[in-house]
Amino acid sequence: MNIIVCIKQVPGTSDVKIDEKTGSLIRDGMDAKMNPYDLYALETALQIGQETEAHVTVLSMGPPQVKEIIQEAFLMGDVDGVILTDRRLAGADCLATSYAISQCIQKIGLPDLIICGKQTTDGDTAQVGAEIAEFLHIPHITNVLKIEEMNANGMIVEADLPGMLQRSEIRFPALITVEKDIYQPRLPSFTRKKRLAGQPMQVFSVQDLADHDENHYGLNGSPTQVMRIFPPETDTTSEVWEGSSQDLAEKLFCALQERKFI
Amino acid sequence: MASIIIHQEKIKNPGDVLKVCPFGAIQYENGVLSISAACKMCKLCVKNGPVGAFELVEQPLVQIDKDAWRGIAVYVEHTHGEIHPVTFELIGKARELAAKIAHPVYAVFVGYQITSKAEELRHYGVDRIYVYDQPELEVFRAEPYAAAMEDFITALRPSTVLVGGTTVGRSLAPRVAAHFRTGLTADCTKLDMQPNTDLDQIRPAFGGNIMAHIRTRNHRPQFATVRYKIFSAPPRLQQPRGEIQVMYLDPERLRSGVRVLSIESKPVVENIENAEVIVAVGRGLRKEQDLELIRALAERLGGQIASTRPLIEAGWVDPRRQIGLSGRTVSPKLLITCGISGSVQFTAGMGAANFVVAINNDPQAHIFKVAHLGLVGDLYEIIPALLQQLGSGQPSQVQEHLKTVKSEVIG
Repeated sequence: MNIIVCIKQVPGTSDVKIDEKTGSLIRDGMDAKMNPYDLYALETALQIGQETEAHVTVLSMGPPQVKEIIQEAFLMGDVDGVILTDRRLAGADCLATSYAISQCIQKIGLPDLIICGKQTTDGDTAQVGAEIAEFLHIPHITNVLKIEEMNANGMIVEADLPGMLQRSEIRFPALITVEKDIYQPRLPSFTRKKRLAGQPMQVFSVQDLADHDENHYGLNGSPTQVMRIFPPETDTTSEVWEGSSQDLAEKLFCALQERKFI
Repeated sequence: MASIIIHQEKIKNPGDVLKVCPFGAIQYENGVLSISAACKMCKLCVKNGPVGAFELVEQPLVQIDKDAWRGIAVYVEHTHGEIHPVTFELIGKARELAAKIAHPVYAVFVGYQITSKAEELRHYGVDRIYVYDQPELEVFRAEPYAAAMEDFITALRPSTVLVGGTTVGRSLAPRVAAHFRTGLTADCTKLDMQPNTDLDQIRPAFGGNIMAHIRTRNHRPQFATVRYKIFSAPPRLQQPRGEIQVMYLDPERLRSGVRVLSIESKPVVENIENAEVIVAVGRGLRKEQDLELIRALAERLGGQIASTRPLIEAGWVDPRRQIGLSGRTVSPKLLITCGISGSVQFTAGMGAANFVVAINNDPQAHIFKVAHLGLVGDLYEIIPALLQQLGSGQPSQVQEHLKTVKSEVIG
């Protein structure tokens, strides 16, 4: 059995601000980490790997620095690493990202199971998993809470729907996105670190994909375009009080009373 | 078709231009500047770099015929025919947008034994309701539901499709958008319509305190998802209007690799989405035990507790109590935030709160810009003092209730 886990490198901080004069983004440093939700996807694959001796590959698309999170995955378990990196992928929206990843998965070979985290902490769209499944013409289930059973042909999972829990059987090849807490992610092992120093990873670019028309990738392949970015609007009617805690509590009490909350 | 090219000769100090890019995508190696795959095409280098050094080269694209796409469609979110209220909110917004360009509003209702339930949609001012009512569609599965949406879109060619940002909507919309290779913008907080039918979509972006204005300029239909309680539902019409049209899809096209074995209601938990009073807490809380302080205040005000993402990630608070873009959207009458700085991720989930009180010890915290009433101070001092006030002030309902019980016992 083969599993591919899609992981993403995200900013280590969400403290991004806009310089009002220049319109530039200000980031505190360039710290980056593995998307926290992807840790659950990777752990799910490793758990399945232990049960079924499945072969696990982690795949990430992004700038060359994404090798850092592939290395992090190496420290968590026995996995192969694949990177898709190319300047022509720059500025990709969800659709162009999903398309590139689906092309890369076909390059590696369609596995039995693809696992994604439920969303990223930077884009927060939760769209890429379902779009990859559509491009690969395979079934998908999002928000999987639990894997109940599995065999060579498919698995039984429990998924979160609005107000409902749905138990379903899904046939391989398939894609699932997993919820936080499906399994507790293991910590990276530093005894593995020595053993794995210099473990190679495969690096692909657009040229290696079956469809290498650059108009299908990056900004060119993105139907959505960011017209402008701006700081959020703020309500100017706000009032800010300072003073001793006792005074503030008293004033707040009166304000709540005035508005009939107490 | 666009790319950024660098005119090396116009750059005097190559080392200095590296910091023009907030994503670190400009590289300087062996005396040559280049742009790496970290580029997000934000074009800030063109704007803020040395004059003429970075050039955006755009090839004219073949324009699609936007007039061939008419109408704004709303996907009807439901459980066994019970329509989710986000649907009415989207219909209200769709009517507003459609009025600007004189387009019709459609509702697409996919399920089994639901045709009779479609009647309710006629009370919200939809021009036409398209119903796919087949046994294969009894419960939500992404592929067959996507097949029904694809059939509808191919037949009606709507210009815009709005979908509720629920777990179902966020599983369905991307599948359909990818099928048509078109744009989908998740979790929009504002929508507007251009005369040329381009949808203006505004959503928080880049994982921080930034809003992005997004358009799908040359693809149709244009998809957007919107969370529950972002827009308001229009009043229910006394006189129903709009016609219901039942569609039929060849069961061959409704095949799926997923077989649903069982479906059950989730155990009912207190739901912060419907709470009238919420006390929310963030990273200003020092340890898990201190949640008791927040609980006491919430209880005293007859409300519920909620939190920001870091406390959920720390495992201190149930994930269903998270307010924000990756959590829930709330619309309480009173929201008190304690030790919350107020990132856009968080404030996106509290936009509908009537009265927001913020307690934070950092006077620069962004939360003070969005709160109606800000208290600069230590939550560990203000809340106990407030609780004391509450104790000695007018009796709460609980105490009132206890009094009655007591007097009954005594009496």
